[in-house]
Amino acid sequence: MAKIKTSLDRRTFLKATSIAGGGMMIGLGYLSSCKSEPTVEGLVMPKEWYQINSYLRIGDNGVITIFTPNPEFGQNIRTSMPMLIAEELDADWDRVIVEQAPYHEKDFGNQFTGGSRGIMSRWDTLRMVGATARQMLRQAAAKAWNVTVDEITTEASVLYHKASGRSASYGEMASAASKLPVPEEVELKAVKDFKIIGKSRKNVDGPSIVTGKSMFGLDYEKEGMLIAMIQHPPAFGLTLDSVDASEAKAMPGIKDVFPISCFKDDFEKGSFDTTAFPELVAVVGNSTWEVMQAKKKLKTAWKPVGAFTETINGFRGKTTRNVPGELESTAGHKAKMEAQAGMPGKVLRRDGNPESAFKQAARVFERSYSAPFLAHNCMEPVNAYAHVEGDKVKIAAPLQAPSTIVPTLASSLGIPEENIEIDVLRMGGGFGRKIYAHYVVEAALISQKVNRPVKLMYTREDDMTAGIYRPTYHVRYRAALDKNNNLTAIHVKAGGIPESPLFANRFPAGSVDNYLAEEWSIDSNITIGAFRAPRSNFMAGAEQAFLDELAETLGKDPIEFRLDLLQRAKENPVGENNDYDADRYAGVLKLVREKSDWGKTEGKVHRGVSAYFCHNSYAAHVLDLTIEKGKPVVQKVSCAIDCGIVVNPDAAVNMAEGAIVDGIGNALFGGMTFKDGAPEKQNFDRYQMIRMPDAPKEIDVHFVQNEIKPTGLGEPPFPPIFGALANALYQATGKRYYDQPFLGDEQVMG
Amino acid sequence: MADFNLKINGKKYRVDVDPSTPILWVLRDHLKLVGTKYGCGIAQCGACTIHLDGTAMRSCILPVSVVGDKAITTIEGLSENGDHPVQKAWIEHDAYQCGYCQAGQIMNAAAFLEAHPNPSEEEIEAAMRGNICRCGTYTRIKAAIKTAAKMG
Repeated sequence: MAKIKTSLDRRTFLKATSIAGGGMMIGLGYLSSCKSEPTVEGLVMPKEWYQINSYLRIGDNGVITIFTPNPEFGQNIRTSMPMLIAEELDADWDRVIVEQAPYHEKDFGNQFTGGSRGIMSRWDTLRMVGATARQMLRQAAAKAWNVTVDEITTEASVLYHKASGRSASYGEMASAASKLPVPEEVELKAVKDFKIIGKSRKNVDGPSIVTGKSMFGLDYEKEGMLIAMIQHPPAFGLTLDSVDASEAKAMPGIKDVFPISCFKDDFEKGSFDTTAFPELVAVVGNSTWEVMQAKKKLKTAWKPVGAFTETINGFRGKTTRNVPGELESTAGHKAKMEAQAGMPGKVLRRDGNPESAFKQAARVFERSYSAPFLAHNCMEPVNAYAHVEGDKVKIAAPLQAPSTIVPTLASSLGIPEENIEIDVLRMGGGFGRKIYAHYVVEAALISQKVNRPVKLMYTREDDMTAGIYRPTYHVRYRAALDKNNNLTAIHVKAGGIPESPLFANRFPAGSVDNYLAEEWSIDSNITIGAFRAPRSNFMAGAEQAFLDELAETLGKDPIEFRLDLLQRAKENPVGENNDYDADRYAGVLKLVREKSDWGKTEGKVHRGVSAYFCHNSYAAHVLDLTIEKGKPVVQKVSCAIDCGIVVNPDAAVNMAEGAIVDGIGNALFGGMTFKDGAPEKQNFDRYQMIRMPDAPKEIDVHFVQNEIKPTGLGEPPFPPIFGALANALYQATGKRYYDQPFLGDEQVMG
Repeated sequence: MADFNLKINGKKYRVDVDPSTPILWVLRDHLKLVGTKYGCGIAQCGACTIHLDGTAMRSCILPVSVVGDKAITTIEGLSENGDHPVQKAWIEHDAYQCGYCQAGQIMNAAAFLEAHPNPSEEEIEAAMRGNICRCGTYTRIKAAIKTAAKMG
């Protein structure tokens, strides 16, 4: 066992008296409002709870409540994070209840969901939470039985003193344990001793999901609550000029209609305060349908915003954003990107002498790739409950990053930050969209104005046309080949509107003597935001399609070609900042080669391979497709992932399957287009989403077995599937697919 | 506004709403049955699927005025204890991620299996085409439907 110091904030381990007995706890009083509901059928609730630390309370009958810290949007950390605590606690998993911790970072650390960082960032701390609690229970038992702590063993929520044959449930010792000081050092289990981690556990929310329990932001309900909606401008580059609300106000069930302004003039925006439409019209009424009808009666006039510059005080320090005034169109975006791609970019990395290598090349191989803006299209549109009372506000909303909206709320409402209370509700999808919580500020401003609790809901149309899209991107790859067909240089020039997708230090950097990476960007008033594996979600597909075509040109097997480059990067790496581990990269390629029986396809099956590194993990896919009635049908995807230790294997497979399906959908159909600043797709009748018949018939996921600390999983399998699909489509049709979406309106091929 | 008497999950309800109000919002806003979900409002995503006399319907475009005395079943009433074969199969396969679309998926699958107890792969795909899952759980949903079919 590894002995490690408990490096957590002291407050996290504050002792408490019984909730039921005293009702008062030191510092954790707000948790007493959380009522433990049994998630396991037939679980009897205890008479008294004993709070061991902020994450954990144990009932007198041994039932354990774990407060899970990070927001849930489908990645199933509501199961896997409690598993980390339960493992080191030696808890009986069948008698664990999981509750969502309220937003309270002093007690629960960084409550952020994004960047595939959940398990990775909580791996040590949550295990320590369980280990310290277990140690306190052992100390309590040792004292009660007058033996040494070392003699006390634990299993499935029971303490044992084997020598004397004594045993006690955690419930019996919880009261005494809760009064003990927190151990300064705890021992964590060796990987081989894990009983819960590494064994598939059912999603703790399954029973609630299949019976339609109230779980999501949009389900939230409070007595006296009004329903609100907003009307935002129809195009990027426009803002509210005036509104004639008389007809809307006269509609049945309508309480009020008024404009709101989201930011105070002196407010300095942070990284996640993105919104193209801070000036809105709010419609408030008794019911959703009534508000929807009234919204149609608004007579709004819009005016151009004009070009402006704003300062963002974000996690990269202060940056300036230039926002042009023009009403943009997709045709204009394409032309601008083509033109920019032909001009010199900003050099981010230069190894060897690429200019000379290209000059001396016997042959230069060049290809360009592009992808459109994408809308997140979470099935649950953005929404928020807010109740402002004087200088206090209660928020309940689906949020990926509650902390980011606190300064904004405080400024916009004119209240102190400490008067903001936030319940983090389950998200009906996030994918990056619900980090940008402008909708929470809007709900709060509306509540403040009407002096009532309010639930704000975006319609699907509002949600799809509100911005915060994945940017549109373009990349040009060039390879220099000498007269013996050796690869001597690679040049990548990538850009986008309004940001570049380039990762200059990723593969194939490090594997080629001469390497040049350049980037560019074009300003836009269309707002963008993180979208599952930002930037990687474009670069992987382009890079892996380019390498596939390059391998073919060189007459090499696509997997062998990549492995040769990785071998070079491992043995004799070029440059110093290569941000990937060539061995782990090659590992997933080798595993997927073995599991897919690479080189042994039969009949009409066409295959494509792809691999990528992002979010600290490695993923490779082999995609098999056939052409049926002129349409591509993905028969099977074989997938290999190295994300270190896998906490909940079946749930991890589920994530990989979802990433694969999501990626195929976006690659084939995804894309938002614009005309005169207006998004041209407003709902699922025009914005094509992947549906069951388009999904792979089979997905076969494998994990590299190792004892590396967990790294990312939600994002890494997503980016490379774009490349595997493009490469398989080429095998099937003889045509290379350079521009996403690959199908769009052209549905027939082969 | 008008009074409507509705039969939902075996119980009688009386609501006073505008006759054009879709059943979706009667369920969610007026009766607090929030298991049925809003996804698109134009019958394109299937999140709002309910049963009307056993037939799967999109509640987001179904005005309360046309329901009459037909029996409405929602996800809350699909079974008494969450033990309908489709619900059990969903749990067996953990056929969800965020879960938002799943009430609609389950209601559609349950009505489909009632009419097609031994469906082929193609029949399942065709029947479920109207239900979008943004998380991409389709392979699990399909497997769960096959399992539910075996449970009968």
